[in-house]
Amino acid sequence: MAKISFILNGEEVSVEADPLKRLLDVLREDFEALGVKEGCGEGECGACSVILDGKLVNSCMVPLGAAEGADIVTPEGLRETEKGKVIVESFADTGAVQCGFCTPGMMMAAEALLEKNNNPDESEIREALSGNLCRCTGYDLIVKGVKVSAERGKDLW
Amino acid sequence: MKRKAFRNDAYTKVTGKALYADDINFAGQLYCVPVYSGYAHAKIVDIVTAEAEQRPGVVRVITWKDVPGSVTYGQIFKDYYILAKDKIRFEGDVAALIVAETREQALNAVPYVSVTAEELPPVISPEEAVVDGSPLVHEGYKNNIICHHKVRTGDIDEGLAASDFVIEQEFETPFVEHAYLEPEGAVCVPKGDGILEVYGSIQHPFSTRRFVAAHLGLPEGKVEVFSHPTGGSFGGKDDTASMVAARAALAAVLTNQPVKMIYTREWSMMESYKRPAYKLWYTYGFMNDGRINAVRCRILADSGAYTSTTPWSTWRSTAQSCGPYVVPNVRTDVYGVTTNNVPAGAFRGFGSPQVNFSVEQIMDMAAERLDLNPVEIRKRNAVVNGSTTITGQVLDTHEVSTHEVLDAVVKETDFLNKLKKSSKGRSDGETLYGIGLALSYRGSSIGAEGKDFAACTINCQFGGSIILETGIYENGQGAESAMSLILADLLGVKLERIIYKAPSTSHIPDSGTTVASRGTLLGGGAIADGVKKLKEVISENIADKLNCLPREVVFKDDHLWGKNGKNVSWEEAVSIMYSKRVYPFAFGYFQAPSVTWDEENGQGDAYFTYVYSCQAAEVEVSKKTGKIKVLNVTAAHDIGKAVNPSMLEGQIFGGIVQGMGMAVTEDFKIEKGHVLSLNYNTYKIPKAGDTPELKAIIIENADPNSPTGAKGIGEPALEITAPAIANALYNATGYRCTTLPLKLPEDYLETLK
Repeated sequence: MAKISFILNGEEVSVEADPLKRLLDVLREDFEALGVKEGCGEGECGACSVILDGKLVNSCMVPLGAAEGADIVTPEGLRETEKGKVIVESFADTGAVQCGFCTPGMMMAAEALLEKNNNPDESEIREALSGNLCRCTGYDLIVKGVKVSAERGKDLW
Repeated sequence: MKRKAFRNDAYTKVTGKALYADDINFAGQLYCVPVYSGYAHAKIVDIVTAEAEQRPGVVRVITWKDVPGSVTYGQIFKDYYILAKDKIRFEGDVAALIVAETREQALNAVPYVSVTAEELPPVISPEEAVVDGSPLVHEGYKNNIICHHKVRTGDIDEGLAASDFVIEQEFETPFVEHAYLEPEGAVCVPKGDGILEVYGSIQHPFSTRRFVAAHLGLPEGKVEVFSHPTGGSFGGKDDTASMVAARAALAAVLTNQPVKMIYTREWSMMESYKRPAYKLWYTYGFMNDGRINAVRCRILADSGAYTSTTPWSTWRSTAQSCGPYVVPNVRTDVYGVTTNNVPAGAFRGFGSPQVNFSVEQIMDMAAERLDLNPVEIRKRNAVVNGSTTITGQVLDTHEVSTHEVLDAVVKETDFLNKLKKSSKGRSDGETLYGIGLALSYRGSSIGAEGKDFAACTINCQFGGSIILETGIYENGQGAESAMSLILADLLGVKLERIIYKAPSTSHIPDSGTTVASRGTLLGGGAIADGVKKLKEVISENIADKLNCLPREVVFKDDHLWGKNGKNVSWEEAVSIMYSKRVYPFAFGYFQAPSVTWDEENGQGDAYFTYVYSCQAAEVEVSKKTGKIKVLNVTAAHDIGKAVNPSMLEGQIFGGIVQGMGMAVTEDFKIEKGHVLSLNYNTYKIPKAGDTPELKAIIIENADPNSPTGAKGIGEPALEITAPAIANALYNATGYRCTTLPLKLPEDYLETLK
C-alpha cells in the first residue's frame, strides 16, 4: 500500500492503495469516475481512455504508482469544460452515439487531438481515433462529430 | 449537417453518465467469478470446492448441485448448462462459481477449485460429427444433428438435367465474434419481498427473465429484469449473457446478498456464442439466357456445444437459401450440428450472411460464363412484384424493389464502367483494382420461427408530458429514439413531450426479443395501435369543445383541431381529460401478420414482408502482400420508411463495417475446441483508419403490412457486404475466394507478381 497523490479533473486528490493497482480501477472504485469503461483490459480498445499529463492513455495499462503527481482528466472532468461541452453537443448532433460504451473514450481522444491540432483533416482524425474501438457506428459519424467539434470550437482550442 | 440526429440517450452516453452493468452497485454487494475446467470435452468425475471455500474473503463456492431450478435451459432446446454437471461440452462450460467479498479475492480462489475429469476426444467439425460412430456431444441428438430444414420445390433432378450448364461450388464461413465493446455482466439483488432484481448487459430482458426464472425455479413474475444501457449486442447478448445473469442471480439467492458478475474480455470471447460456422455445397443449373433453373443446396451449420438459436438461424438460411431469385426447382437441406466448439447463436444477419456469401458469388460466376454483366444476370432472375419465392410465397403485398436497389447502386457507383476498369489480375502498378456487388432480400422480423407481437403503453401526464414504454429493448441501435419519433409523429405532438421510460419486465407485457430487425416494425406497430386508441378516448372527451364529432378531431402541431380552426392545445386537452376523470392512457399492441410454414416440404409464406438491399464495394489489392483494402462501399436499402434518417445512416454504416470486418480482418481462431482469439489484439475488428468511404442510399417504399410503413435495417446492412467485397476481390485479382476471411493464397499471389 502506498499513498499516491495526483490531480484529478483539476482537484488535488490522494489515495491509499497498491501502487500496482490499475489506474482504471482506482478511478472507477475510489473516485466514481464511471465514464471510464473497461472493454478489454489490455490497452486495445480505448474505452478506458483518460488524458494523463496531456497525453491520451489507456488507464487499464497504467499502474496507480505511475500516476503520482500527474494531471489526469476523465470524462467526468472534460464534460464540465467549455471544450467538453462542444464535443458532447457535436457528438450528439451528428449521430456519433449508438451503444455509447466507447463514446466517453472517443470524447477523450477527440479532446487530446484537438489540443494538439485544432483543425484536423479526416485522416488526422482517423489516426487520432485509431486506439479507440467502436463496434456500432462504423466510425463515420464519430469522425464527423470530431470535425463538427473542431468547427464549432475553433476559438477554444 | 443535414438535420440533427435525434438520440434520446446521446448526452448521458457521451458524457459517461449512462450507467452500464458494471456501473451499478449496491450496498453489501458480493462478487462472483466463473471457474473453467480447461477441457473442451470431458466426463466430469468430481468437482472439489473445499479448499477454495477456505480462501480469504470467499463466501461461497457454487456448483450445479446448488441450482434450485433446472440445471439446463435454452431458447429452443433446453440443453445449455448453467453449471457443468456430468460433462464438459466446450471450453467455456463453467464448472463452479466463486462468490467473495471482492472480485480480487474471488479470482484468487479460482486455482483452488479442482475439477477431476476424463478427457474425451473433441468433436470439432460438423462433417465429422454427422458420421455414424462419431462421439456424441449430447445424448439425444442422433449423429449430433439438432435440426434439419428443407425446401422442396419442383423437381431438382429434372431441373438440373434440363439446365444448359451447371456450376458446383463449395463455400465455408467461420465463427464470427460479436465483439461488442462491453463484455457480459450482471448485478442481481434479492429483495425482502421475494422479488429478484436483475440488471445486466443483455439483449432483451424477457429472454433473460426466462433463463433466470428457470434456473432458480421461480415464477417469471418474481424475477424483475430492468432495462438500462447495454454496450452493444448485435444479437450476441442472449443465451450467454442470460446465463451470466442467471449465475449472478443464483449467487445472490444463495448468499441472500446483491451479487455482481462482470466478464473479462477473455471469458467473453471464450464462452460467448458466435455466428455459426457454415459449410455450404451448392449445385446451380443455369439456362443459356441466364435464368436459374435449379439449385441443390446442402449446408452444415456448426452450432457448437449447445443448440441456442441454431434451429431458427438455419431456418432463415433455408428459406433464403437461393438469394432473392426465382428458382423453379430447389432442393435445400440445412442441418444444424452440435460439436465441442464454442456455441453458436444469434448474430446480426442470423442465417443470411453465410448463404448470401455463396449465392452472390455464384451469380457472378454464372454471369462471367455467360458473358453477361453482374447486374443483368441479377435482373433476369430477381424476384419482382408478383414473383413466387422458392418457398412458394407470392410477393404481392408490398413493393418488391430488387431492381430499384440494384439500379440505385449501379448508378451511384458508375458500376458498369468501373467493372470494365477492374484489373482481373493484371495491372501496371503495384495494386489491383476491382468493383463488385451483391443483392439480397431479407424476410422482416422472425417469420415462421416464432410468435411475433409487441406492446406499448402511452401514458399522458398532467401538464402535457407523455411517458412511453415499449417492450422493444435499446441495445444501442436507437430503438428508444425511433419509438419516440414515431409517437410524436402519429400523435401530432412535439417530440420534447415524450419521455421514453425503459420498462422492466414487470411493467410491460412480454414483447418477444429485440432481434431480427423487428424493433421498429413491431414496436412502431404497437405505438400506431396505441395512438389510435388514445386518440379515440381523447376525441370522445374533447369533441364537444371543438364543436365537432369525435371522429373529426385532428391531432396536429401540438394541438387538437375541430371545425373552422377551433382548437385546444395539447396541455389543455390533457387537462380536460384529467378534469373529467378519464385517463389519457392507452395500451397498444401489434401482432405481425401471420405466416405459414410446412416444415416437411419447406413451403409457405416465410415472412410477411421483405427488405431489399444492394451493396457495391471497390477494393484495391496489393500484388506484393495480397492485402485487401476496401476503398468504399455503397449501399441501397429499401427499408419502407426512414423514421430517424441520421440514425438509419449510422445503422447502415455500422452494419457495413461489421460486414467488412467479417470479410477481411476478423479471423476467429479455435483449435480442437480451444479458443485462441481471446481479445482484440488477436481478433481484429476494423479501426477508424481501416474503414472505407461509406455511402447510404435510402429507398422508401412504405410497407402496407407495417402500420408505420417502416421495416428494419439492422441486419440488411451487414448481410451482403462480404459477398460484394468477395466479388470485387475476384474482379481485381481473378481469384474466386470461397472462404472467409478473404485471403489470396500464397501460390496465387506469386502469379500476380
